[in-house]
Amino acid sequence: MNIISFFEKNGMITSFLLIAIIMLVAEQISTRLLRKKIPGSAIAILLGLVLAYYGGILTGGEKGIADIAFFSGFKLVGGSMFRDFCIVSTALGVSFPVMLQAGKAGVISLIIGLIVSFVVGICVGLAFGYHDAESLATIGAGTLTFIVGPVTGSALGASSDVIALSVATGVVKAIAVTIFTPLIASKIKLDNPHSAMVFGGIMGTTSGVAAGLAATDQKLVPYGALTATFYTGLGCLLCPSVFYLALKALM
Amino acid sequence: MLIYGLGLLAFSYLAGQLFGDFLGELIGVQANVGGVGFAMLLLVLLHNYFHKKQWLKGNFDEGIGFWSNMYIPVIVAMSASQNALLAFNKGVLPIVAGILIVVIGFVLVPIISKIKTTAS
Repeated sequence: MNIISFFEKNGMITSFLLIAIIMLVAEQISTRLLRKKIPGSAIAILLGLVLAYYGGILTGGEKGIADIAFFSGFKLVGGSMFRDFCIVSTALGVSFPVMLQAGKAGVISLIIGLIVSFVVGICVGLAFGYHDAESLATIGAGTLTFIVGPVTGSALGASSDVIALSVATGVVKAIAVTIFTPLIASKIKLDNPHSAMVFGGIMGTTSGVAAGLAATDQKLVPYGALTATFYTGLGCLLCPSVFYLALKALM
Repeated sequence: MLIYGLGLLAFSYLAGQLFGDFLGELIGVQANVGGVGFAMLLLVLLHNYFHKKQWLKGNFDEGIGFWSNMYIPVIVAMSASQNALLAFNKGVLPIVAGILIVVIGFVLVPIISKIKTTAS
């Protein structure tokens, strides 16, 4: 009997056990070593990222630790289906009046978030010596999320190198949001539903927003997710069209 | 019944995501537009309606509550299956662009949060 294929066959259940162990270790580190200065959930997410990096080195694959057969259930449990299902389930704690009150700020944050990300990406692209509108727009789109980058790049016919760069930029953004949000939350007053909605619209990267808010305060998750869920779709709409044409007109 | 709560959650999720996919198709992008948002809205509205009709019997809510408690474990699994290696092996550009935009975002959050719709 092959023990690894046994665990692979029972991948989802195996991943429940493994995640429980990771959470347990993270909680112990939080209470015993750090005296609860950093919440256990933040450490667990960080441990996850370390595992993802380690898995990438070991296999050279794209799915972090999930590319190792023993951890293959992570693909399903950590995939977008489970993630979105859990986000939707948090909606029962949402207050409608608060949401409506933050509506205007949420919409404005979405628009500003999309434009600022695109512009920042283009500026960095220019600084690194890219001068054609297609490459710059693709890098700008990757600065939105790692989905908008390749969608825009293939629509505009950018080179595969540039598309890979745009995906990498989006992944760095998601990881940076995950790690830094719990550390900086109190300084930017990210402690109420209103600013969580603004935060979701500015950052936009669902993985980053979901993980960053989870590590900060789980009550804020549905508010951040509400605006972030529009970000990638709107980015895919605007980047290869309006934003690209605007960039082209300026050059 | 617990399964009815789970069923309501599943219905809201599927209807919302389907609508988000449809909306994406309609405006011609290869992505879901607002699916999670519509699903959350639908869940809250239907749950309120069920509550008014007094259909929420027994442990109905536990079928939904379980999944909101599973949120952090799922996020841990998600971060463990990120393409973290790619973030570091594509040179300096992705690191500069990815971190710069996050820093700027953190600066913008408290500024834009000042905008409030005053209830009239």
